Amino acid sequence: MTWNVEDLEETARKCRVHIVNMVHRAQAGHPGGSLSEIDLLTALYKTQMRVKSDEPTWGDRDRFILSKGHASPGMYAILAEMGFISVEDLSSYRVLGGICQGHVDMKWCPGVDFSAGSLGMGLSFGMGTAIAARLEGSQRQTYVMLGDGEIQEGSVWEAAMAAAHHELGNLNVILDRNRIQNDDFCEAQMRMFDIPAKWRSFGWNVKEVNGHDMNEILEGLEFLGNNNDGPSIIIAHTVKGHGISYMADNPAFHGAAPNDEQYHQAMIELGEVAQ
Amino acid sequence: MSNVAATRDGYGEALLELANNPKVVVLEADLGKSTKSLHFRKAHPNRTVSCGIGEQNMLLVGAGLAASGYIPFASTFAIFTERAFEQMRNGVARPNLAVHVCGSHGGTHTGTDGSSAQSIEDLAIFRTLPNVIVMHPSDIVSTKILTMQLAESNSPSYTRTARNKTPVLYEGKEDLIKIGKGIVLREGNDVAIIACGVMVSESLKAAEQLAQEGIHATVVDMHTLKPLDGQLIDQLVSTCGSIVTAEDHNIIGGLGGAVAEHLASNSPAPLERVGVPDRFGESGGADEMLEVMKISSPFIAEAAQRAIKRKL
Repeated sequence: MTWNVEDLEETARKCRVHIVNMVHRAQAGHPGGSLSEIDLLTALYKTQMRVKSDEPTWGDRDRFILSKGHASPGMYAILAEMGFISVEDLSSYRVLGGICQGHVDMKWCPGVDFSAGSLGMGLSFGMGTAIAARLEGSQRQTYVMLGDGEIQEGSVWEAAMAAAHHELGNLNVILDRNRIQNDDFCEAQMRMFDIPAKWRSFGWNVKEVNGHDMNEILEGLEFLGNNNDGPSIIIAHTVKGHGISYMADNPAFHGAAPNDEQYHQAMIELGEVAQ
Repeated sequence: MSNVAATRDGYGEALLELANNPKVVVLEADLGKSTKSLHFRKAHPNRTVSCGIGEQNMLLVGAGLAASGYIPFASTFAIFTERAFEQMRNGVARPNLAVHVCGSHGGTHTGTDGSSAQSIEDLAIFRTLPNVIVMHPSDIVSTKILTMQLAESNSPSYTRTARNKTPVLYEGKEDLIKIGKGIVLREGNDVAIIACGVMVSESLKAAEQLAQEGIHATVVDMHTLKPLDGQLIDQLVSTCGSIVTAEDHNIIGGLGGAVAEHLASNSPAPLERVGVPDRFGESGGADEMLEVMKISSPFIAEAAQRAIKRKL
């Protein structure tokens, strides 16, 4: 199947606008990791996910688990573009009673399958949904997005070992390797050495891609689809804050909102307003 | 009370009976031989998930299964469920996914394994989580019945079972057993002893001792700590006027804490709490540990005397 890469890129651009709007309006949130993951989320939802926006709880849907749940603006943006929620709903991000909670929550937002917020939990949960699919004899897939800093949590490796032991070919991970975590660059906080070798040694199928190149992302997703003998992971090399010059590769924008001037600058860079 | 059995065997029997429901799945963390989920594993290997020695992962695998329409029962030692407390909090209780956790080998009654294995705080910590049912049954029959009732519940749960054998109390009395309802095992008007787990039979012994001194005690099996049977406690206050709690658990935050909270807010009455005196255990026989911790039947009887003296 072929996909129009330009259409995917345009959807990702719109999502970036949503992301910046959300964190600017809330004056809080996590733009950096939302901008690094959004090309991956766009390609995943547009080309792979078997879901129904008019029936978000359809039992045989593919599951997507945003384990790095603080990067919720990215997920809300693609859910709005997919029609699960409206663009107006995005205004409820971090607002009392709003469906767009600070961290994605299955009890609040249609299309969300996992209540995130505490790092290191999503892969284990995804293992459960993958086992459920296998017990039912369903071909549905589980996709889990992990952050690179997140894999410093030990329980991720409990899950990685267990998923390989159980040969869960329907369990797929996308690792957002944006090289920055809350306090600083990962390299400064906790060196992780050879990440692909770690996953290989745990028994996973591994492929590395450029997480901002749609063609490479699509190849990566195809890799996930073609490797069903056990769990598979694509390690997506990304740039935190990608798409906004002053946020890119800047640890300050892990969890900080742009001010009005920076917001205006972002809208220019995203092509929403003229220079 | 010559007939004795371990509550953990009640858990194992319940899982086997529940196997008729194709949605029931069992999760293990390398202690199925001890928690007694092994019988289910042998009979239904395709519905049993080995999580290795990884309790944090196990609880969230359960959450994923529950979110997909399955009814997961996960077990390990009580002490090791605590290692996955935040998974229970954020991944199970918060989204209200009906994962049923069983912690076996709870309390100092666990015995010779020593203090590292004797969970004395599990009931307290899980009781603080919204949505979670917390139980500590007293005998093999009630453990089996309560575990089977969990499969019909839409709430997550934590159930503590015990390693060692205790008297069988409910043979032929299965109808008395219901989640959230305390059971009156003996009636008297001087004092009410509210107990859970292995301390229920100790409390019955204490009531016998008290009877020889002309003191008539009610004994209640409060197998469910949450939701607490407050209506029954209010009745006990009006009929007995003083309360004793008895548990093989730290004196802080467990059954005594739950009853104290209820009394303070609803029907104040003298309360004496018998429990582990805020200290860790050590290696010793099950009965020896109850003596060392000052929670065996003579200590319950003494507490009853104190409670009665405090009545106005």
